[in-house]
Amino acid sequence: MLTIPTSHGLILAGIIFVLGLVCVLVRRNIIFILLGLEIMFNAVGLAFVVAGAKWGQADGQIMFLFILTTTAAEVSIGLALVFKMVHHFHTLDIDQADRMKG
Amino acid sequence: MEFVGYIPLLPFAGFLVLALGAQRLTRPLVGVVGVGSIGASALLSALTAAGLLKRLPGETAFTKTLWTWIDTGGLHLDMAFYIDSLTVVMMLVITFVGFFIHLYSTGYMAEDKDYARFFACMNLFVSAMLVLVMAENLPLLYLGWEGVGLCSYLLIGFWYTDKANGYAARKAFVVTRVGDTAMAVGLFLLYNHLGTLSIQPTMIKASSLWPHGSGTLTLATLLLLGGAVGKSAQLPLQTWLPDAMAGPTPVSALIHAATMVTAGVYLIARTHVLFMLSPLAMTVTAMIGAATLLIAGFSALCQHDIKRVLAYSTISQLGYMFLALGVGAWSAAVFHLVTHAFFKALLFLAAGAVIHALHGEQDMFRMGGLKNRLPLTFWTFLAGAASLAALPLVTAGFYSKDMIIWEAYASPLGGYGFWLAAMAGALVTSLYTSRMVILTFFGTVKTPVHHPPGLSMTLPLSVLAVLSLTAGFMETPHTLGGVHIFSGLLHYALPETKIVQSRITLEILFQILAATTAVGGIVWAFFLYKPQPEPAPSRLPKSIDRFLFSGWGFDGLYDRVFVRPYLALAHLDKNDIIDRFYLALSQASLGCNRIFSLTQNGRLRTYVWGMGIGAAVVIFMAVTL
Amino acid sequence: MIMAWLILIPIFCGILAWILDRRITGSARWTALVALSSNLGVLCFLVRSFTVSGVTQQPYLMDLDIPWISSAGIHFHLAMDGLSLVLVLLTHLLGLVAVLSSWKEIREKEGFFYFNLLWVLGGIIGVFLSMDLFLFYFFWEMMLIPMFFLISVYGHENRIYASVKFFLFTQVSGLLMLLSILGLYFVHADITGNYTFNYFELLGTPVSGIFGILFMLGFLVAFAVKLPAFPFHTWLPDAHTEAPTAGSIILAGLLLKTGAYGMIRFVIPLFPDAAAAVSKTVMVLAVAGIIYGALLALSQTDFKRLVAYTSVSHMGFVMLGIFAWNTLALQGVVIQLICHGLSTGALFFLAGVLKDRLHTRDLNKMGGLWAAVPKMAVLTLFFALASLGLPGLGNFIAEFTILLGVFKADKIMAAAASAGLVGAAVYSLWIIQSAFHGPLTIKETIADLSFRETTALVLMLLGLVWLGMNPGPVFRMAQPSLDHLTRSVSFEHPGMCGVSSKPVTCLHPEYSGGTVHAAP
Repeated sequence: MLTIPTSHGLILAGIIFVLGLVCVLVRRNIIFILLGLEIMFNAVGLAFVVAGAKWGQADGQIMFLFILTTTAAEVSIGLALVFKMVHHFHTLDIDQADRMKG
Repeated sequence: MEFVGYIPLLPFAGFLVLALGAQRLTRPLVGVVGVGSIGASALLSALTAAGLLKRLPGETAFTKTLWTWIDTGGLHLDMAFYIDSLTVVMMLVITFVGFFIHLYSTGYMAEDKDYARFFACMNLFVSAMLVLVMAENLPLLYLGWEGVGLCSYLLIGFWYTDKANGYAARKAFVVTRVGDTAMAVGLFLLYNHLGTLSIQPTMIKASSLWPHGSGTLTLATLLLLGGAVGKSAQLPLQTWLPDAMAGPTPVSALIHAATMVTAGVYLIARTHVLFMLSPLAMTVTAMIGAATLLIAGFSALCQHDIKRVLAYSTISQLGYMFLALGVGAWSAAVFHLVTHAFFKALLFLAAGAVIHALHGEQDMFRMGGLKNRLPLTFWTFLAGAASLAALPLVTAGFYSKDMIIWEAYASPLGGYGFWLAAMAGALVTSLYTSRMVILTFFGTVKTPVHHPPGLSMTLPLSVLAVLSLTAGFMETPHTLGGVHIFSGLLHYALPETKIVQSRITLEILFQILAATTAVGGIVWAFFLYKPQPEPAPSRLPKSIDRFLFSGWGFDGLYDRVFVRPYLALAHLDKNDIIDRFYLALSQASLGCNRIFSLTQNGRLRTYVWGMGIGAAVVIFMAVTL
Repeated sequence: MIMAWLILIPIFCGILAWILDRRITGSARWTALVALSSNLGVLCFLVRSFTVSGVTQQPYLMDLDIPWISSAGIHFHLAMDGLSLVLVLLTHLLGLVAVLSSWKEIREKEGFFYFNLLWVLGGIIGVFLSMDLFLFYFFWEMMLIPMFFLISVYGHENRIYASVKFFLFTQVSGLLMLLSILGLYFVHADITGNYTFNYFELLGTPVSGIFGILFMLGFLVAFAVKLPAFPFHTWLPDAHTEAPTAGSIILAGLLLKTGAYGMIRFVIPLFPDAAAAVSKTVMVLAVAGIIYGALLALSQTDFKRLVAYTSVSHMGFVMLGIFAWNTLALQGVVIQLICHGLSTGALFFLAGVLKDRLHTRDLNKMGGLWAAVPKMAVLTLFFALASLGLPGLGNFIAEFTILLGVFKADKIMAAAASAGLVGAAVYSLWIIQSAFHGPLTIKETIADLSFRETTALVLMLLGLVWLGMNPGPVFRMAQPSLDHLTRSVSFEHPGMCGVSSKPVTCLHPEYSGGTVHAAP
């Protein structure tokens, strides 16, 4: 069985994480920001799985399951917020929702 | 002698009764309490004097301890009274003159609505003054000292609705407090070195601890002198006394002429051992006295207000006493204190009778011709004035002043300078006195007489007039009989003045000179200010007249140097400059808040940037460090 | 246990007053009155038993030591000596006056008011009795928060600003003290291996060098802010002016005294060398405070603000006396604490009465009131005279003995401080002039003092006269503890000569930590 080196897996996870982060940072559309967050979550999950494989323990996979659950919850709340936002601001542009400032 | 404690207590009880029952007591009752308490105190004083005389010469003084006042940390002070011949003389003057002035006040103040308050303050004054002269230790003396200052404040500002009176009252209190503070520091200094503040032990310890002319002792005596100068209105703290005339006239008579202002003289006489150890302090005292008697005498020459003339005259006469103290003529100083108490109280009371009769008119240029309208007042006033001008042979003032003038020259510490000052002062005194008499009683009538004085006013006037003329016979120079009752008594408390032998031959010549000066002054005054329908305000050039009128410009000087800068500083800093620092501190933190709150702009993506960068920095640091 | 009850009764009654007030209006003030009177009764009984049994030769009269948080060496440790007893007595007297002053003034949220009042008093009593530094800090903070509410809820126009200022000043300085306490705790543990906050064990801990100075400064600043000493005084005029009458009385009469008490009890005994090193500076600040306070008092137009600045001046004498550190000066300080409490408390009371009648504190709007309200005028005159140090009243005894004591230590400072006496005359007489003398300015008739007000004021008047004429009992009460302090702490004054120097100081040999019980 072909083993993928741990570093490759981690580098991939890092790349995906950065892509997700860039998505969060540069997009104004809240849907895309949520998507970026999902990607970052999955990058972290991948890192866990790779680390689990490296040590030969199931903890990594279990953590990934946790992350999946959290993500599901997060998405549902996030989408609920998106609904609220559209209702309130009639836009998906996150920069329009900047009323909470000092 | 168990009862000496009651002597100051009785007037104090009178004060309490009058202060607490002001609303409930009827006017006659107020008078009875007010005058009666002083009368009882006077009787007890007389008994004390008799008791002391009986014990002399075996026992020259006795102490009556009431209770322990302060006893801590090595400081032991008793509430105790020390009675010797000096004390007795002072007590008699205070209570008897006080009694007659109280009696007079029942007539003078009869129409005032604050009758009870007046007598309450007067009683409190007598009580405090008695404590002052009877005190066994210096802090107790200080208690009486400040107590009389308080009463002086209350009575100068008696008619409080007029702001000027309040100002005069505050001025009197604050100026004398400057002196009092100096005196307090003097007490600290004495205690620090001697470990006691009881007067007699202090003097004994001082003479054994300090050599003649010691620097510390000189400092201590000069500080005490500061207190005396403040209370007795001597240079440079004399400015309060002329303004103190804002009070009712009996107050001027009792407090600002006969008793309180002589407290400084008493203090120096009481602590004479300390002063005698310090030649510098003695010289300073004499010089202050000489300068004051001249400066005040010239000021008296230019006043319009009859009470202000008398006020400046008081300052001037107190200057004589200080001069006498400074040359070591202790008995002469106290003798002049006594005669001055009689004739100056008389002059004030008679002036009060005039003012009363003229409905509050105090300007001498609006008086005149009262000789026939107020005959009794005139004759008694004349008796007082003669005594003040030291009319030879028949007046008390002549004997006491002559004693001072002679000893100013003849005592070991005296000399021609002091003698000349005293002689010049005598001339000025008879000039301003005669001017006052002429302006007030001679010439044409300018203000009609409203009500002549009643018995309660004329009786004290008559008694004091008799005393002003006759009190001098208890002490005459040996060229004129050589009676020494007064100094003989005082020598149990104060040292005798030694006369320098080589100067004795001049005595008769000097006495004739002094007598001539007094008479010459009176005659000259009649030429200068001869009775005329419209007397000229002054015979001097206008600028000099104004200068003397204002009391040599001291008021203006102090106003500019002390009062106004202090007030200006206070008002400049009303909002407390220190608070600016704390205000700046809070402003700075608010400013920081404003700057940092800019970062919270509400944009989600900015926050994410912040988080990202922060995380990157942390990871970078964790990896590299 | 009596001491614990002294603290607990006000605390319980405070809660009780709050609860009761919801059901019966007016019950709160009666609860407060009863609580304080019963406490005072107990105290009087104590004073009597001490003076009768002659235990007063021992510095400590009572001691109560209960473990509280043993793992950290924290005990509920109270002890009472003459100094504490005098101050606790004063606390109760002024507490009663404060209750009487707010009898009619406070009409809304009465329960909460008396709750706060009693808790402040409980905290103050705790401060005067604590012999465990942690407990001391606990009470120190406990008196702060109710005071904050007293000002911020019941105060005048600018109350929020004033209360926050008060809170920040005392809180920040209190934190410095906490740091010092902890520092001392650890240094002591390092040396002895014993973790304890016990005052008697911490005494004599040699803290050398820069840490000694820093720890001392932590305490000193906390107490100097409370006192308040120049230049930390600026919270005081605001707090005094905006507080309700009772708040001002307690602030001036009691809270300030905790600062002085702390200096006597902690700063110099714990850090004698470090305190001696800064004593010159402290004395200069004290004199500056005396003169600065007197100067600024004169320019104030707000009656309460004026009186507040006079406190700054009077407290300068206190700090000066403490740093002279001899029995005479300290005795003067004790008398000054009492007399300042009484005279300034009375002046605030009168300011409150005037405010109640005239609805203003502005002296410019008063004038000529003597004819309208003679009783009030005479009493104000009396307390103004007390404040200027008129001989025959307690304040004179205080200032005179302080200055005598200070003169021993430092002549120049004593002479400079004496100048404050002139300033005191100027501002005190100005009060009388601007409020009661001069032409009458108001049209309407106003009521003179009521029976309740007269009683409270006359009590304070008698106290001042008694202290001025016969201060002996107070001297004797404070003497053993002050002797003990001055003898066992070698506080070497830089300006003093001929005092033997001991390398290490130590205070507590004869105190065994056991209980010294007096009569029941």
